[in-house]
Order: sequence, then structure tokens, then C-alpha cells
Amino acid sequence: MGDYVKGFIFAVILTVIPFYLVMSGTIQDRATGLVVLGAFAIVQVVVHMVYFLHMNGKLQGGWTMLSTVFTVVFLAIGVAGTLWVMYQMNSHMMPTHESAPAVSQPAAAEAAAPVAAPAVEAPAAEQAPAAEQAPAAEPAATESAAAEQPAHGGHGSN
Amino acid sequence: MSDIRHNAGAAGALAPREYHLAHEPHPENGTSLGFWLYLMSDCLIFAGLFATFGVLGRSYAAGPTGKELFDLSLVAINTAFLLASSITFGFAMLQKQKKNVNGTLLWLAITGLLGAAFLAVELYEFHHLIHQGATPQRSAFLSSFFTLVGTHGIHVTFGLIWLITLMIQIKKHGLIEANVRRINCLSMFWHFLDVVWIGVFTFVYLMGVL
Repeated sequence: MGDYVKGFIFAVILTVIPFYLVMSGTIQDRATGLVVLGAFAIVQVVVHMVYFLHMNGKLQGGWTMLSTVFTVVFLAIGVAGTLWVMYQMNSHMMPTHESAPAVSQPAAAEAAAPVAAPAVEAPAAEQAPAAEQAPAAEPAATESAAAEQPAHGGHGSN
Repeated sequence: MSDIRHNAGAAGALAPREYHLAHEPHPENGTSLGFWLYLMSDCLIFAGLFATFGVLGRSYAAGPTGKELFDLSLVAINTAFLLASSITFGFAMLQKQKKNVNGTLLWLAITGLLGAAFLAVELYEFHHLIHQGATPQRSAFLSSFFTLVGTHGIHVTFGLIWLITLMIQIKKHGLIEANVRRINCLSMFWHFLDVVWIGVFTFVYLMGVL
């Protein structure tokens, strides 16, 4: 009886405070909210585990605690890792000013094409001198011939 | 124990030799641990859904945001229902320990009513959202919202079905060993759902309006 009532009182307090903080507008800032509300949630989960689920290190010879610790670690790595990776990816994959209109409007893509073309040409132009130097530097004729062909082909198409 | 008997038999050659254990070497009360492991794996499902919501929760696709949609007073009522149902299940467990069938059934019934009230409010909320055009198809935010909160709701629904089934079983057979095992497992399940709800109201609703 005592355990359940105690746990219930703790849980009510730990529920009412976060609701009050948000509904009264005390917390406006998202970062503060995450830290404060997250802390309340973690404490309340522990309260539920201890008072309602009667968790302790001795249950089932410690296997209950062990499996819980494993799950918490797995959960932390999974959730934190997902948020981290996806946030980084979002911020790195944001469309730039040049690529954004090209994707959404076909007309803009055509206008952007001449700008993009030199960028494609550049590697071919760089490769060409390297391939011409190759016979002098390397005695293996077959390799250099193979290297020359794509480079010349690239010039021809341009 | 059977090991000792086996050794004694081998030494004295009086008792017949035993080449297998008299009892299965299952740990006492092994169902609790097994059910706990199931709950932990269920926890991983929710971890995935929470992570998905964490990634997509702000992708509104120019649709409605959490701040516009969520009615926190409704969520507070819902939270109160679920939290109250946790302690009433606790009282049912105490009655079970006293071997009081009617007391157990009474508190289980109250727990069931609170669970049903929770579901009713949640269904009303979902109906209201969909009526407003905030359907799961509207945006990634709403897809992940309905998946996470809906999965929790489905768990509560099955918990409720289990609860009613168990009440019938207790009514019919009393608090026999099998029913005690079942009520212990359902207790874990029910409290677990409340634990998941802490994450839902904190990170979906309260963080959603910020």
C-alpha cells in the first residue's frame, strides 16, 4: 500500500510540474524545455520502475536489472544516434542556392546548365595532360594507352 | 537437489541410479523474467518510433504544427486517467496478495474503466484531428505522430482486452496459480504502458507546443 501511494504522489508531482511549466508559458524556449522536461520524464520513469514495477537489482537473480540496463543503453544509443545522424544529414543536405531552383523548375535547370558544364569539363581537361605525360614517365605502354583513350574520348565529345 | 541424490546413489549404491533430473531445471517464477524481456523488446519498438518522431516531428510540410493542433488540457486529462489506472492496478495487486477475489475484481474493473476513458479521449482527439484535415497523410510530422501515439493506443487496447479476459478467468476459477501469474504479467504490462506514456506526453505533446 505504502509503496503504491508514495509512488503515485511522486508521479503526480512529476507530471503536474511539467504540464504547469508549459501551459502557463513559463518555458518558452525549446532548448530549456528539452532539458527541464526531459529531466522530469527521466525521474518519473525511475519512480514508476521502483514504486510500481518494484525494480531492484536482486529480482530474478539480477537478470531483470541486466536486461533493463541493456535496453536503456540500446535505447540511448539508438535514439541519440538517430537524432545526431539525421540532424547532421539534414544540415549538410540542405539545397544550395544554385541547386534548389534547378530541381524545382525545369526552365531554371536549362539556364543553370551552361554554368554546370565547365565543372564537368574540368576533370577531363586535367586528365588530358596527365595522360600525355604518362608514356614518358611509365614504361608500361598498355596502361598509358588505356589511360589516353578515355581522355581523348572526352575531348572529342566536347 | 537431484545432483546430491545422484551422488549419494553412486557412492552408496543403495538408491537406484538417476540419469536425468527429476524436475526441469527451470528457474522459479521464470515467466516474470520472460515477460519482462518481452516488455524490453517492446521498449525497442517504441524507441524506434520515438526516434522517428524526433527526426520527423518538425517536418510540417506547410501543414499544421503541434502548437496549433495539440490541446494540452485534453492531454492532461488523459495523463491523469492513465496515472490513476496505474495506482488502481496496484490496489488490485494488493487485494490479490490478500487472496481477496472480489476486491481484486473491483480494482481491476476500475482500472479497466480508467483505461477505457483514456482510449475514449484519445480516439476523440484523433477524430478531431482528422476532422480538421490533420490526417496521417498530411505531413511527416503527423505520420510519425499517429504512428507513435497510435501504437501506444493499440497497446492499451490489447491491455484492456487482456484485462477483461483475466477478470472473467478470475471470476470463474478464482485466484489460482495460473491466474496469479497472469495478473502479475498484466500488471507489468500496464505499468509499462504508463512509462511509455511519460515519454509521449513529454516529448510529443509538451515539447510539441514549444
